[in-house]
Amino acid sequence: MTIGLGHYLVVAACLFTLGIFGIFLNRKNVIVILLSIELMLLAVNINFVAFAHFNGDLVGQIFALFVLTVAAAESAIGLAIMVVYFRNRGSIAVEDINMMKG
Amino acid sequence: MDSSVLNVVLPELILAIGAISLLMLGVFTSNGEAAGRTVTWLSIGLLLATAIAVFQGSGSSLVFGGAFVSDGFTRFLKIVILIGAALTLLMTFDNFGRAKLLQFEYPVLVLLATLGMLMMVSANDLIALYLGLELQSLALYVIAAFKRDDVQSSEAGLKYFVLGALSSGMLLYGASMLYGVTGSTGYATIAAAATIPEMSTNIGLTFGLVFVLVGLAFKIAAVPFHMWTPDVYQGAPTPVTAFFAGAPKIAAMALLLRFTQAALPGIAPQWQQIVIFLAIASMVLGSFAAIGQNNIKRLLAYSSIGNVGFALIGLAANNTEGTAGVLVYLVIYVAMTLGAFACVLAMQRNGRNVESISDLSGLAKTNLTFATILAVLMFSLAGIPPLAGFWAKWYVFLPAIKAGLYPLSVIGVVTSVVGAYYYLRVVKIMFFDETAEGFSPPEGRTFAVMALSAAFVVAFVLPFVGGTVVDAATAAASVLVPAHP
Repeated sequence: MTIGLGHYLVVAACLFTLGIFGIFLNRKNVIVILLSIELMLLAVNINFVAFAHFNGDLVGQIFALFVLTVAAAESAIGLAIMVVYFRNRGSIAVEDINMMKG
Repeated sequence: MDSSVLNVVLPELILAIGAISLLMLGVFTSNGEAAGRTVTWLSIGLLLATAIAVFQGSGSSLVFGGAFVSDGFTRFLKIVILIGAALTLLMTFDNFGRAKLLQFEYPVLVLLATLGMLMMVSANDLIALYLGLELQSLALYVIAAFKRDDVQSSEAGLKYFVLGALSSGMLLYGASMLYGVTGSTGYATIAAAATIPEMSTNIGLTFGLVFVLVGLAFKIAAVPFHMWTPDVYQGAPTPVTAFFAGAPKIAAMALLLRFTQAALPGIAPQWQQIVIFLAIASMVLGSFAAIGQNNIKRLLAYSSIGNVGFALIGLAANNTEGTAGVLVYLVIYVAMTLGAFACVLAMQRNGRNVESISDLSGLAKTNLTFATILAVLMFSLAGIPPLAGFWAKWYVFLPAIKAGLYPLSVIGVVTSVVGAYYYLRVVKIMFFDETAEGFSPPEGRTFAVMALSAAFVVAFVLPFVGGTVVDAATAAASVLVPAHP
């Protein structure tokens, strides 16, 4: 069996869905959410690289590099905000993020 | 490099180099408070200088391999964004000064976010779109949590970050599908590929379109992707909320306009359906959910959700007039929202800000000027003629009716009437309820923004104010969407 574009897309779609479910179904803590976000972005990268390879075009790989860079900055900021939140609230459990409702 | 390229990106260069220089200035100034004050003033100057640089530009040019575009459309929106950002910085002094938050990092982050917005407005390629959007978003996440020792502010930052990152992920997934199907990230190539008749049924293209629109709907806070808005608006410090409600919305809307009309005109019927749905849902939720609110910042959050719905009506019409209507709407929306948030900033007793609507009770008896200005802004938001809010709605409804979108227009008018209830309730509380303890008199800079905004709203009916805005918006829109022959 040869591995074609479809296989890569299915893997990426599975990872992306896992990432989204990880954000919405997780009741434990915010770090899991950060992991899920990372999973989503990496799934997108698989898409980009696969398309770039099968279309014979380099732009997709360049895009993937940009996504990697931004993802690193994004998780740095996410962790920083989480540390600030933990200092104020003393918890990072998802069900404790409920100070504002309405 | 060719110097003409540098001329095209001159405003962005000024802003980027200026932001980095001001960061250095802040870092090497020993006195924190003084540094904050100086850097904020210099940032306002830098934003205005950038606006002048934008104004100097002319013609249409594509640079960096077609990734960055500068034309009448981008110049119009960039000037609105820059002025909006400068006014919000002007409102921060007094509030942040009292809260000991006047640090130089804040104006620098606002400058970087604004730079991201300019990139978004000029993006003509999916990579440029993504990088501009992230530059803006990352800076906004940080300033939402800027009041570091306040649990509500850090919670607002956390919520904004998680949902913002989710939306960026969705947008990227859509971008990857569009790239895979059309073989390019440039809008022009995507448009050419999407116009081929057999592509209109391509599932990958539809998938990409839907995911990108979901990502952008998060950024403009259109229902059903609005759930972060009330919490973030309430939790973030008020000057930050005022910033969130203004400039980023314009930039995301500009992105949406260009993406739909320049990259995917070939499948317009598909995205029109989505935009119509977003518009109806936002208008309905924005008007009904705001009724029960007691916190004025949450009320304005729902109001901004509703306003986005009205602005989307113009996009749904998908023609030059509709796009011009969206631009007029955005200008008026920013003016009204900045004024309303300046009023919220001025709601303070004994050096502490209050946010509850009942605190406005009987304001007309203790401070008539303040009450009148807020009443004018509320009447305008409710869409009562001859104030600017009425004309904003006029210019988006008219093209929608001409395009045959009758159900959408009728729902828009009905929700606008429902929305009038909660705006007018604020007026009623101020003028007819029992007098509560008065506020401290508004500080000069905040009052200036309030008065300026109210004056614009009242004067919009005059031809040389309203006419100028409408003419400029029409010229800008005709660049983006050439009029149909």
